[in-house]
Amino acid sequence: MTHAESHTGLIWKVFGILSLITIVEVFLGIHKPDSLYLTHFLGTSILNIIFLVLTLVKAYGIAWYFMHLKQEKAGLRRAIVWTAVFLICYLATLVLIEGNYLGDILSSYTKWNY
Amino acid sequence: MEATIATPDVNKGAWTGGGKEPLGASYGKMMMWFFIVSDALTFSGFLVSYGLMRFKFFDSWPIADEVFTHVPFTHGHYPMYYVAFMTFILIFSSVTMVLAVDAGHQMKKSKVSLYMLLTIIGGLIFLGSQAWEWKNFIGGTYGALQLQDGKIVQFVNAEGHQVALKDFVVKSNSERVPHTRSNGLWFVKDAGAVPEFTVSDVVKSFKANPEINLRTEQVDLATKKKVILSRAEANKFLAKATDVVKGANLKVNEYGKTLFADFFFFITGFHGFHVFSGIMINIIIFFNVIIGTYERRGHYEMIEKVGLYWHFVDLVWVFVFTFFYLV
Repeated sequence: MTHAESHTGLIWKVFGILSLITIVEVFLGIHKPDSLYLTHFLGTSILNIIFLVLTLVKAYGIAWYFMHLKQEKAGLRRAIVWTAVFLICYLATLVLIEGNYLGDILSSYTKWNY
Repeated sequence: MEATIATPDVNKGAWTGGGKEPLGASYGKMMMWFFIVSDALTFSGFLVSYGLMRFKFFDSWPIADEVFTHVPFTHGHYPMYYVAFMTFILIFSSVTMVLAVDAGHQMKKSKVSLYMLLTIIGGLIFLGSQAWEWKNFIGGTYGALQLQDGKIVQFVNAEGHQVALKDFVVKSNSERVPHTRSNGLWFVKDAGAVPEFTVSDVVKSFKANPEINLRTEQVDLATKKKVILSRAEANKFLAKATDVVKGANLKVNEYGKTLFADFFFFITGFHGFHVFSGIMINIIIFFNVIIGTYERRGHYEMIEKVGLYWHFVDLVWVFVFTFFYLV
């Protein structure tokens, strides 16, 4: 561990990529092009799918390069990533399916006129 | 019993002082990862419950672009710019943190302390921005009316842009004084500050301004914009108005669903508290670096461990940013 080689070049490269992704996200978030925003794809709009994918790419960059998961032993990395990813996907899937159901039921009972 | 232990060691137990390093990670680092994974699950619980409510009210949830539109030293409608700046600051402080870890691996004390200092400053800027964002959200922008069933109605001009109450409401002469226990009913509590206008002021001014329209919380699913009512319908809605609302708190929210405000305060507050504790830990480690604690210890692993926490805070913000401001 002592006197390891410096990775500053890689760090700045990752920073550049993360910043670029953020700029793209903000640009899309402000302009919300209708061709992406007013679509329906996998239960949401294409724009939202793009946001989710970009977010996951950012999370990967932070976890792999800033949190040094890339340099950890594969066993440790998998114990961390697989556990969290599995549990979060499981929770999100079940709860959002339920939310969808609640929304469908509730909207038929909500009055928008007086 | 010794036969059941893979590598018996009389001097050190399995975990004491990091004598053993399962999966190549020291005790401290392993425990930091335990904490991070469990904290990640806590945050996912919060964000998923936000998602549940969003899906439940999919046809009436506030549109974030219309809520967070402030930029310091300017007036006007600038969605997202400031929160993008905050995201950038947090990513940048993550970079200085990882540079500190990198310098620590090379035992460069002065570089480590410089990068730690920059990280602390980045964290403080982020926290200040967060506070400013809260201040704007609590103070409100336009003001709105609340109907007796809790729905929020907002006022828009002919182009569909929101209009602030103070720009078209004419105040009546009646003076409004906050209720105090000493000169009124002791069992009645005034709900916070008295709004600037009365409901009847707002309704009267609305009727006097034909170019102003009323907007409901309902989202037109085809255009993903809030529904604007006709004048005749608007008058029916206004007959049900009970309160003038300015700003957002845990009980009412001029931008729409109160739940939106509740989740915003809770999740960004919980994240902000993580940033705050991160800054505190960074400050302690910063002084330890300066007095040479890690130089004497022979390694800068502590920087790596606090670095993990700091990057995690950044990681969470990436998701909060997506789910509160973008999606």
